[in-house]
Amino acid sequence: MKVRSSVFASLCLLLEVCGIALFLRGFFPVPVKSSFTSKSKLSDLPAEPLSSGNGPNTSKVPPPLFKRVVIVLIDALREDFVFGTKGRQFMPYTRHVIERGSSLSFMARVRPPTVTMPRIKALTTGSIPGFIDVVINLNSQALLEDSLIWQAKAAGKRIIFYGDDTWVRLFPKHFVEYDGTTSFFVSDYTEVDNNVTRHLDSTLKRDDWDMLILHYLGLDHIGHLSGPHSSLVGPKLIEMDDVLKKIHASLISKETEGSLPNLLVLCGDHGMSETGSHGGSSDPEVRTPLVLISPAFKRKTGMEKPSTVEQVDLAPTLALALGLPISQNSVGILIPPVFQETSLREQLRFLHLNGFQLSCLLKDSMAGYEKEEGYEQFRVAEKSHGNWMKLYLEGNASEVLSNMGKKVLKQYLDALKAMSSALSRQLGKYDMYSMVVGMILIFQVLLLLLLATPEALSGGARVELPLGSALLSLPFYLLCLLCTSVHMLVCTSTENSCYLCGLPWSFAVAAIVVVSATLCLLVTMAVQRLVPEGRPTSKAQSSSDPSSFSELDILLLTGTLGHLFSLGASSFIEEEHQSWYFLLSTLCLAIFQDVCRTYFSERRGPADELCHPHPREVAPSKKWLALATPLLTLACCRFLRSLNQTGVQWAHLPDLGHWLTSAEHKVALSLLSASSLALILILVQHRCSLVSKIALALGLLGVYSYRAAVGNVLFPWQHNLRDLSKGTVEARFVYVFVLGILFSGAKDLLRSQVVTADVRLKARGLWEVYSGLVLLASLLFRPHNLPVLSCSLLIQTAMRQFIWWEQHYDAAQITIMHYWFGQAFFYFQGNSNNIATVDISAGFVGLDTYVEAPAIFLTAFSTYAGPLLWACHLVCYLSLEHARSTTAMAHGCYCFALLRSIPAAAYVILVTALRYHLFIWSVFSPKLLYEAMHTLGAFSSLGNPWKNLFDANQNQLADGLIYLAMWFFVIL
Amino acid sequence: MWDQEIKGMASAHMFIASAVFVGTLLPAIVAEKFSVYGSHLVWVYSVAGSVAAVNVAVFWLLGVGLVAKKNTLSYKVSRMVRSGLHFTLSCFFYHIIVVLYGAPLLESVLETFSLAVLLSTFTTLRCLCLLGPNVQAWIRVFSRDGAMSVWDTSLQITTACSVIGAWLGAFPIPLDWDRPWQVWPISCTLGATFGFLSGLVIAPVWIHWHRKQLTYKSK
Repeated sequence: MKVRSSVFASLCLLLEVCGIALFLRGFFPVPVKSSFTSKSKLSDLPAEPLSSGNGPNTSKVPPPLFKRVVIVLIDALREDFVFGTKGRQFMPYTRHVIERGSSLSFMARVRPPTVTMPRIKALTTGSIPGFIDVVINLNSQALLEDSLIWQAKAAGKRIIFYGDDTWVRLFPKHFVEYDGTTSFFVSDYTEVDNNVTRHLDSTLKRDDWDMLILHYLGLDHIGHLSGPHSSLVGPKLIEMDDVLKKIHASLISKETEGSLPNLLVLCGDHGMSETGSHGGSSDPEVRTPLVLISPAFKRKTGMEKPSTVEQVDLAPTLALALGLPISQNSVGILIPPVFQETSLREQLRFLHLNGFQLSCLLKDSMAGYEKEEGYEQFRVAEKSHGNWMKLYLEGNASEVLSNMGKKVLKQYLDALKAMSSALSRQLGKYDMYSMVVGMILIFQVLLLLLLATPEALSGGARVELPLGSALLSLPFYLLCLLCTSVHMLVCTSTENSCYLCGLPWSFAVAAIVVVSATLCLLVTMAVQRLVPEGRPTSKAQSSSDPSSFSELDILLLTGTLGHLFSLGASSFIEEEHQSWYFLLSTLCLAIFQDVCRTYFSERRGPADELCHPHPREVAPSKKWLALATPLLTLACCRFLRSLNQTGVQWAHLPDLGHWLTSAEHKVALSLLSASSLALILILVQHRCSLVSKIALALGLLGVYSYRAAVGNVLFPWQHNLRDLSKGTVEARFVYVFVLGILFSGAKDLLRSQVVTADVRLKARGLWEVYSGLVLLASLLFRPHNLPVLSCSLLIQTAMRQFIWWEQHYDAAQITIMHYWFGQAFFYFQGNSNNIATVDISAGFVGLDTYVEAPAIFLTAFSTYAGPLLWACHLVCYLSLEHARSTTAMAHGCYCFALLRSIPAAAYVILVTALRYHLFIWSVFSPKLLYEAMHTLGAFSSLGNPWKNLFDANQNQLADGLIYLAMWFFVIL
Repeated sequence: MWDQEIKGMASAHMFIASAVFVGTLLPAIVAEKFSVYGSHLVWVYSVAGSVAAVNVAVFWLLGVGLVAKKNTLSYKVSRMVRSGLHFTLSCFFYHIIVVLYGAPLLESVLETFSLAVLLSTFTTLRCLCLLGPNVQAWIRVFSRDGAMSVWDTSLQITTACSVIGAWLGAFPIPLDWDRPWQVWPISCTLGATFGFLSGLVIAPVWIHWHRKQLTYKSK
């Protein structure tokens, strides 16, 4: 069976997407959970251990230590905002209480990902949410797990909540009173907090609540807007300090003799990096303050260095201090100083309860839990606790008893720590079976692509797939049998849950058939490729002859391979944009040198004529323009590079983007975005039909008015700045035009396929689809990023006019160049290999409420707009090239698939090898997710040419497949 | 003839290479508290100065490469002036290229410019010495199959090696090792220097190796 290279490439990418999806499923561990819906109950709590018989009161639940709790959660509160110099300057009251008042202060370490929703889950459940929680962060549904909030509600406590509406979504029916504020407008940092504080006075006066939770978002928004050192941070911290003062004063006034004291908790959900973002695992992001203020604690005499605890420790501590059972999945351990003032018996009781809960969790989540060190320590501690209890109940009150008690206390603490760390380690377990199967798929695809390279890039651009002979051969059936038996063996032997084993049989059989079919295909192709290659002539003629490579080829190959190897170092992943910018500059210089050589080298002898088959007389203006193009590209790249600082090491440096978004430079931003939009219009319109031109112009106008409505840019005649809206109408207006342009492009494409085989019509259709995507991107990009779009169009136009066509670059070279540009533009947009830089606000453009499917699509589109637009441009360009060489498109698609699958395969291996690396969660896994998404994006953009090569029937099939693949990923 | 020329070139290259070491050692002896990382700019200019001096001495005084057409004073002076102009222009050219590659635009301008001066010394100065301030000749030498003598080939090799060395020198900068030589532009200047030194070594060896294949068209 002979198939076109492009179809072959698309099929391979489809298989690859499946492989990566499977790998991801195995790689991102399922969180430790004893069960998702069961909850701890007070009646299940164990009695105090006693070595002989039951004494009096041993099964009594420990009494609560506090009456009321107020939790003030300040989003993105860094440690130094309270304990550092900023704290002294801007939070004088809090500092006074920390230094002189009856309080306890800690530095709470946060686990990455430092994003709000997983952090709220960690604070309330005490468990460590899996990495995959970030991906579904957008879609936070009700938390079904056991949590502190659930326990408090079950115990009849009345909870009031004001603040971030993530809480309301997580705990929809738990609060007696709530007011959720959306963090919809990141630019708003006063209103969000006033919405919380306005309820404070009336609530504090009342007595009808037991727990008050306040979640302030303003500081986080300031961080996102202008970073931790902005002048806005000070006033915000002073505001927070006033809030704390008010609450503290009110709580003190409510204290009455004889009743339990109240507790005020100040904490942050995560910190803030030097750029003001969060999501990674740098020190300022993971260090948050935790201050507990209550008259129950001893008065301090001076500032002490706060000791370090884990963020998850707060949940069990609060649970025990309020007399509630610890939530089931908590891996935290209680904070001992909180219980310092209670009697030794009670302290031991608390520790025992915590240990019992952890050991239960350990039992549920680990097979060989008895051998675990912490578990054994806990058993020993429990026994000595029993002995101590016996002595205590006998009325012994000597020094010996208290010493012994202290020893038991220490034993308990050690056991708790060991068990907690064992449970955290459990999070690092991987589903190796799924990973290996995914890896096998990915590698089969890579080998298939590599084996087919000579054939696919030949003049025919067709690949001979010996599918029939592979499927009918005996080895195929034997292989199927073998795989099935391996599958059975693996599934019956391992205790760990495997995703593949949990699948229904039909899926498993399909996977087995696909794997073995590909393997057979691979072997057949390898045999075909290698055996007739005994003739040495065919090898010498192939393109692998090094002398036939130009400098540009060498640069493109070494650049691609060098980038591949650089992925092994975590710094190069963090700073991957630097590699791409560097390679791109070098590419521009190489092109510059090529142009120089073509136009300006002396013509000497007939040898030169051979190198340049068309010694044309070129107009001098064109010569100079061609010469200027690489320089223009270099200048553009340098400008875009300073627009957004990304990465880790230099991310804190000031960049143009911050300068432009600050309020005092609104005029500059308006001018810049208006001129970018004008440039986009000029560059895109000339190849569209008249209707699309008008639609495009109106659409771009709509984009500007949307930005003006949201308040990012200024209209010259608009003066009332207060009048901000969500800009829904304007955005929808643009969406209509985007759809219109896409529709007209699709119509042209269909007509060129079905009615007339007109190449020009087809090119116009493709270009219209492309311009529709450009319009969509310009709507979704933040206004200071619009120059990225216009520069990319400018570079594309200049390169197309003067370089690519004139220099006779072949399809493979142009594909690699497009790929490099696409990669660099991904980072020019301000993205990085860190989850924190994904611009979620794009998902809300033109939407009133959160709607999952469009929000995910829009966010993904705006994040990958750079690579996607360059890939689309590649398709447009190659279809024009059709006139020159009919196989250009096929070659381009094939190269693109190869370019995508090589890093994916290498990365999968790398991540597997480094899965116990320190940075695996903070550096390598986000990169893996980005790679996976990128492959998916590549696949869907490759779907375009594929579609064009088939008629209408198969068109739908391809579409359906793309959708299926997308949904498969989303569901996972 | 061949062997003699190659031997002459090898010894000239040895002189130039030793200039790099002298440029490193001299300030270490003269100045107190000198270190290559600590007082990097001093090192850069001392190396650049000594290499320039030795280059000029070797090629001009010994009369290698250049054949002066006229021997009048005014011609010599105009040549000197034009050479100086070319050198300055090449410094700015390298500076712009380095900034386009991502060096900071406003901060550490002096460091960036020092790198440009060093690169110009390693590349442009040798061109000036060997070919004179004659851009046409430069273009000829650096276009494909443009070398007309052993010296042209050696010029190609050393220039390419210096530039590639500086290019490779930029790679360790993003690594988080916190070493003193990762500071801008130390790794690049070191890379350029090592590239230049290896170019000086490679050029005679390569020419010797390929002396059968090398056929130069006469001028």
